[in-house]
Amino acid sequence: MQIFFSMEGKQLWARIKGELDLENADTFRQELEANLDHARPEVLVLDLTGVTFIDSSGLGVILGRYRRLKKEGGKLIIYRPQPQVRRLLELSGLGKIMTIMNENGEQIGEGFNNGWSAIRN
Amino acid sequence: MGGQQSGIKNKMILEFLSVPENVGLARVAVAAFAAQVDMKLNELEEIKVAVSEAVSNSIIHGYGGDPNGMVRVEVERNEEGLVITVEDKGKGIEDIALAMQPDYSSSPERMGLGFAFMQSFMDHLDVTSEVNQGTRVRMFKNIEKVVEK
Ligand SMILES: Nc1ncnc2c1ncn2[C@@H]1O[C@H](COP(=O)(O)OP(=O)(O)OP(=O)(O)O)[C@@H](O)[C@H]1O
Ligand SMILES: [Mg+2]
Repeated sequence: MQIFFSMEGKQLWARIKGELDLENADTFRQELEANLDHARPEVLVLDLTGVTFIDSSGLGVILGRYRRLKKEGGKLIIYRPQPQVRRLLELSGLGKIMTIMNENGEQIGEGFNNGWSAIRN
Repeated sequence: MGGQQSGIKNKMILEFLSVPENVGLARVAVAAFAAQVDMKLNELEEIKVAVSEAVSNSIIHGYGGDPNGMVRVEVERNEEGLVITVEDKGKGIEDIALAMQPDYSSSPERMGLGFAFMQSFMDHLDVTSEVNQGTRVRMFKNIEKVVEK
């Protein structure tokens, strides 16, 4: 697994490549935490375009960061999950509480934020 | 031959140390075994998740992160489908019914998704466990019959 971070305005983008499971859950969590501590973004965008596999260990890390951001008044957005990853996001219930977006900036999950405006504002 | 009589078409046994690196190894090996017969891509993804969850549970809960345990994965293909067994000799589960409830986790950091995923992605799931002896998870995945001409 690899993560490429970049700041775009007040959004911290994390472009993730590879598989998110127990093997790299600790690294995944630590890298996100360190970059959140440092950048203090309003929005964390997890770009899952390059994620080919996720299981409960990866989902757990995402939920933990969602909770942190929520507590700090921020937002977490899931961007472009592949179909099998999106299916697990939805089965786990995370799709209900988080915003999931496709490449056109359209919301595809059931989360209660609206489209790009959630990112841009 | 024995294999023929018992209806077993193929079988694989994998044993490995309870280290996180082996979660990926196990799911890829089982998926490759499963792919020997025509399987939908989606079904292979489901098998990967189920194996990943069971093996992760053995490592995380069964052995509590101790890397010196052994996890055993057995896969068998018969006429009907795949039988996948994941076994550890870890601490066991006190209350299996409780453990298998969706959303139940003994760890505050986790969501309790593992058994729920195994249940929804496999056609049958059966868990046996004994405290301080270990846990065995057996999963069955139907192979849809390809109609032969
Ligand atoms: N092999 C095992 N050995 C001992 N206890 C287990 C084992 N597998 C599962 N358990 C127990 O069953 C509970 C539920 O397991 P499940 O996989 O559903 O959730 P989890 O592992 O806690 O969370 P998640 O899978 O979402 O990371 C665990 O919290 C643990 O207490
Ligand atoms: Mg689990």
